[in-house]
Amino acid sequence: MSTSTSGPGGRPVPAAPRLGGTVLGSADDKVARSPIFRQLVEERTRFGWILTGLMLAVYFGFIGLIAFDKSLLAVKIGSGTASLGLLLGVLVILFAFILTGIYVQRANGRYDDLTAALKRDLGR
Amino acid sequence: MNRLKHPLVLGSALAVLAVTAALAAGPDIGAVTKAATNWPAIGMFGFFVLLTLGITYKAAKGTKSAADFYAAGGGISAGTNSLAIAGDYMSAASFLGISGLVYTSGFDGLIYSTGFLVGWPIVLFLIAERLRNLGKFTFADVASFRLDQTSIRIISAVGTLVVVAFYLIAQMVGAGKLIQLLFGLPYLYAVIIVGVLMIVYVAFGGMKATTWVQVIKACLLLGGATFMAGAVLYKYGFNPETLFAAAVATHPKGDAIMAPGGLVSNPIEAISLGVGLMFGTAGLPHILMRFFTVSDAQAARKSVFYATGLIGYFYILTFIIGFGGIALLMSDPSYFKLGPAGAFDKLKDMVGGTNMVAVNLANAVGGPYFLGFISAVAFATILAVVAGLTLAGASAVSHDLYAQVIARGRVNEAAEVRLSKLAAVGIGIVAIYLGYVFENQNVAFMVGLAFSVAASCNFPVLTMSILWKGTTTWGALVGGLVGLIAAVGMVVLSKAVWVTTFGNPVAIFPYDNPALFSMPLAFATIWIVSKLDKSRRAERERAAFEAQFVRSETGIGADGAHAH
Repeated sequence: MSTSTSGPGGRPVPAAPRLGGTVLGSADDKVARSPIFRQLVEERTRFGWILTGLMLAVYFGFIGLIAFDKSLLAVKIGSGTASLGLLLGVLVILFAFILTGIYVQRANGRYDDLTAALKRDLGR
Repeated sequence: MNRLKHPLVLGSALAVLAVTAALAAGPDIGAVTKAATNWPAIGMFGFFVLLTLGITYKAAKGTKSAADFYAAGGGISAGTNSLAIAGDYMSAASFLGISGLVYTSGFDGLIYSTGFLVGWPIVLFLIAERLRNLGKFTFADVASFRLDQTSIRIISAVGTLVVVAFYLIAQMVGAGKLIQLLFGLPYLYAVIIVGVLMIVYVAFGGMKATTWVQVIKACLLLGGATFMAGAVLYKYGFNPETLFAAAVATHPKGDAIMAPGGLVSNPIEAISLGVGLMFGTAGLPHILMRFFTVSDAQAARKSVFYATGLIGYFYILTFIIGFGGIALLMSDPSYFKLGPAGAFDKLKDMVGGTNMVAVNLANAVGGPYFLGFISAVAFATILAVVAGLTLAGASAVSHDLYAQVIARGRVNEAAEVRLSKLAAVGIGIVAIYLGYVFENQNVAFMVGLAFSVAASCNFPVLTMSILWKGTTTWGALVGGLVGLIAAVGMVVLSKAVWVTTFGNPVAIFPYDNPALFSMPLAFATIWIVSKLDKSRRAERERAAFEAQFVRSETGIGADGAHAH
């Protein structure tokens, strides 16, 4: 990968509050008031929390079964050796992967488009 | 082989290596010790070391600025970064430990696998992109974005160093034991080799070398585990049912291995373990650092997606490997230390201990050269993980404590990088020393403790400062401290330390995993203290949220945080 020329990025940490508070203050206000920005944030925040909730529900549902109903997880499936618990465990792993996939797909399309539109709108 | 000073260990290592011959000769280990060359393992490991040192040399030439050192210049691609993240996660503990756990308890191994994995979606949905948009080199950059630099850097650095210390001790001790066993090297030598190599990678090659070491190891480990799981399934006609049936028929617990067992006996314990694993992932400093090595938020999110897939795949492989161990090793006495009259306990007497299931299975399915390969990979795994930890610790010392707290931001870049390298050397030496001191201590609880601290200090401070407008410096500082002290305190008072290490009769804290209690405590403290904080600084900090929010959501203003 690129050997970077230590450009402006090389400088030590931005003392962030200075950066945010005064210098960029008006620009930030402008972004924050933009309807595109509000739409982007609202959509993405809601979607992120919904997916987070789903993941928590599925995982702690699985853990809850382990904690409170071991016998259900011992139920046999298929031709009689594999158990329901085993299947559910693998499904939890798959679910986590699929959920991240859904988010990335949406983010790469919808949210990146909105961000690009926002930046165009601001003339950056 | 005249350096081998531990006859018992040597014996086990030799026996492991001799199994192929033993299979031909019948279960008579004594007769085949001659086949005991671990040269394939040493040779392959030597090759890995040479390769990684070459990469380190190249990386060192390109590592000039602070951005190069801490974040590989922001030039790591999403695919490469996902391999590095997965590599950080696929430690020797998860490879050998989880396959060993599946071997002894079957299904219960899945509890850990799922717990380790499900933290990733949370990282993606709540943290990854915002982290990349706000931060530069460490997660303290993000947490202190609009809060007081000094206080937040201190609490973040302390959280980082505590996590790194416990994780590192567990890895060093594990490395020493493993290498003792696999290569026949004395414990201390093994610890020194690991320590010195990690210092070299980090101090000379910085993040670039650390990343590539991790990527190479991840590829080797995934390749090796894939081959092993494939070979196991091949023996059972690629039908998992047949494999499970064979395992159930062989395992002393019989059909019980297919269902939850006694590993997590208490419901509260099970949930607390889950909380710690899930949210600890989102607070591990050496993993959070990886989000600063990519060019933008899009690459950050893609890396999490790929990494989740790789890690999930890896855990499914370890599960198959564990069951393969049951089916293929358990009925073969040549893999066990035999008692009088050839009797052995299938669960306890495995040569080298139950954590050696994957290693022994490598021999069973691939012969001595594959055994050598897997042994070398296990060593490489530890090296790569400790290097990542060392870099995270060194960054906390130089970038957070020195540059921001002591020098108050008035420091030139070269001095900061130099200090970081010194810190890496210091951490390496301390790690060697601690690895030596803790040789005969029970360190199994330390990885769990690292996760608990990450979930109870780093994660709440980070998420609250990003996501909640009301968070103030006092809130984050007090809450992080409370979470840290609660997590460490509860572990010290639990059975693993209070009874097993200190020898007290009864544990004061009844659970092994504190996260269910310590993490909400930290969140609640941040909330309450922030609410009560009426200072003028708090007003300013709440007012500064908007600027942070805009940047965290869009990346506007983040351009130029890295050299591209």
